[in-house]
Amino acid sequence: MSVLEVKNLRKSYNGSEVLKGLDFSLEKGEALSIIGSSGSGKTTVLRCLNFLETPDEGIMKVNGKTVFDASDKTKKSDSEIRRNRLHFGYVFQNFNLFPQYTALENIKLAGELLAKERPDYSANRKNILEEIEANAIDLLSQMGLSDRADHYPHQLSGGQQQRVAIARALALSPDILCFDEPTSALDPELTGEVLRVIKSLADKHTTMIIITHEMKFAHDVSSRVMFLDHGSILEQGTPDEIFLNPKEERTRQFLSSYQK
Amino acid sequence: MFLTVTISLIRGLGEAMKLFGFTLLFSLPIGLIIAFGAMNKWAPFSRFVSKESKLYGFRPISAFINFLVWIIRGTPLMLQLIVIYYGPGIWFDNNIWGNGGRMTACVIAFVINYSCYFSVIYRGGIEGVPVGQTEAGLVLGMTKSQIFFKVTLLQMIKRIVPPMSNEIITLVKDTSIARIIAISELIKAGESFMKSDGITWPLFYTAVFYLLIVGILTLLFSYAERKLSYFR
Repeated sequence: MSVLEVKNLRKSYNGSEVLKGLDFSLEKGEALSIIGSSGSGKTTVLRCLNFLETPDEGIMKVNGKTVFDASDKTKKSDSEIRRNRLHFGYVFQNFNLFPQYTALENIKLAGELLAKERPDYSANRKNILEEIEANAIDLLSQMGLSDRADHYPHQLSGGQQQRVAIARALALSPDILCFDEPTSALDPELTGEVLRVIKSLADKHTTMIIITHEMKFAHDVSSRVMFLDHGSILEQGTPDEIFLNPKEERTRQFLSSYQK
Repeated sequence: MFLTVTISLIRGLGEAMKLFGFTLLFSLPIGLIIAFGAMNKWAPFSRFVSKESKLYGFRPISAFINFLVWIIRGTPLMLQLIVIYYGPGIWFDNNIWGNGGRMTACVIAFVINYSCYFSVIYRGGIEGVPVGQTEAGLVLGMTKSQIFFKVTLLQMIKRIVPPMSNEIITLVKDTSIARIIAISELIKAGESFMKSDGITWPLFYTAVFYLLIVGILTLLFSYAERKLSYFR
C-alpha cells in the first residue's frame, strides 16, 4: 500500500488553473523529486498536501486513509485538519523559524504543545517533556548543530537555519517530509550542507517529496523524479530515465536550460 | 508663592494623569478589537454575485470600521471632545454628563480617538509578521490560538513598541486639550496664575512636569525595546 495516493488534484486561482488534475503516489521510503519551471504548480502541490491550500477537486489518501476528499462537503473540524496535517512535514524555502525561540526551542515547541493533548500528560508531564527534549537534542546532533542549540535564528547562517527547520519538521515524525525548494534562499556555498543533510535522510529511507532546482542533487538523491509543466505531470520515472533519457521534448528543453 | 503654584500644578497633573491612565486602560484593548474589525474578511456578497461584480469581495465590517477610523483620525480631538461634551445638552436638552461628568465625557472622547490610532498601530504590527510564521505554525499542527500566543504575539509586540511609544507620549501632551471643557488640567492650572498674578513662570513650570512624565515613559519604552532585542 502506498504511503500517499493523490487522485485528480485540481486547484485554480482566480479562474486560472494551476493544477490540472494530478495523479501520483508515493511508496514508503521513496524520495520523490518534483522539477519544473517556476509557475508550473510545484509549490501548490505541496501546499495542498499540507492543507495550506484547499484543492478544488481531488482525493488525498495517506496509508490508505482518506485525509482529503473535495467531493465530501461536510465541514472538517479544525482538530481533524490538524491531525491530518501531521502526516506531513514541511520545510519552507525561507525556513520560517520562530525568531524568538532558540534552535532547540524551535524544535521542541510544537511537540510540547501537542503533548498537552495527551491523556496522560498531567501524570507523566516530566517524562514526556524530557523525551521531547532528548529527541530534539538528538535531531540537532544529526544535523551537526549540537553546539548551536541555544542560538537564536538570527545568530545562525542560512544553511544552519534550514537545518534547524528540517530538525523541527522531523521532530513530529511525519510520514512524509516535504521540501519546498530548501536551498533556493541560500548562497551557493551554503546549499551543500543542506543537501548533504537531505541526502543522509534519503539514505535512511525517509519518505520525502522534494521540490528542487538542483538537478544533480535530484539525480543523486531521488528514487523517482516527476516533471511538472503548466500544472500537469508531463513525465515521471527513475532519475536516469528523466535526466538521461527524457521522452518528452519539453522535458529535454527544460533540462537543457540547466546545462548552460 | 512657589509652594502655592506647585500644589496647584500637582492637582492639575493629577487630573491629567487620571485622563491619561483611563484613556490607556480602555483604548489599548479597544484598539485591538477595532484592528481585528478592520482586518475582518467577512464578504457576504461573494456567495450571490459573480467574481466580476464590484460587490464580490466587499467586506462590510472592514469597510465600516475603516470609515469610522477615517472620521476619527481625520477630525481634531478637540472638536470630538466639544461635540461629545456639549452635544447631548444642546440637541436633546439633556446634559447626560451631569455635574462632575466632565472627566467621564473627556475620557470617552479620548478613548474613541486613541482607540482608532492604536488600532492602526496594532494592524501594522499584526500584518507586519510574515505569513510564513503562521504557516510554519499550521504545518506543525498548532491551533490558531497557539500560533497567536506562542508565535506571532511577541513578534507583533516587538514591532509596535516604537510607534506605540510615540503615540503614548503624544497622549501625555494631548491631555491639555481637556481644558476646552474646563477641566483643570496642568496647563489650565498654570495659566490661571498668569491671569490672576500676571506671572508667566508657572507656565514654564508646567513644562517640567510634562518633561518628567515623558522622561519616565521614554525610559520604560527603551527598557521594553532592549528586553525584546534578543531576537530579530
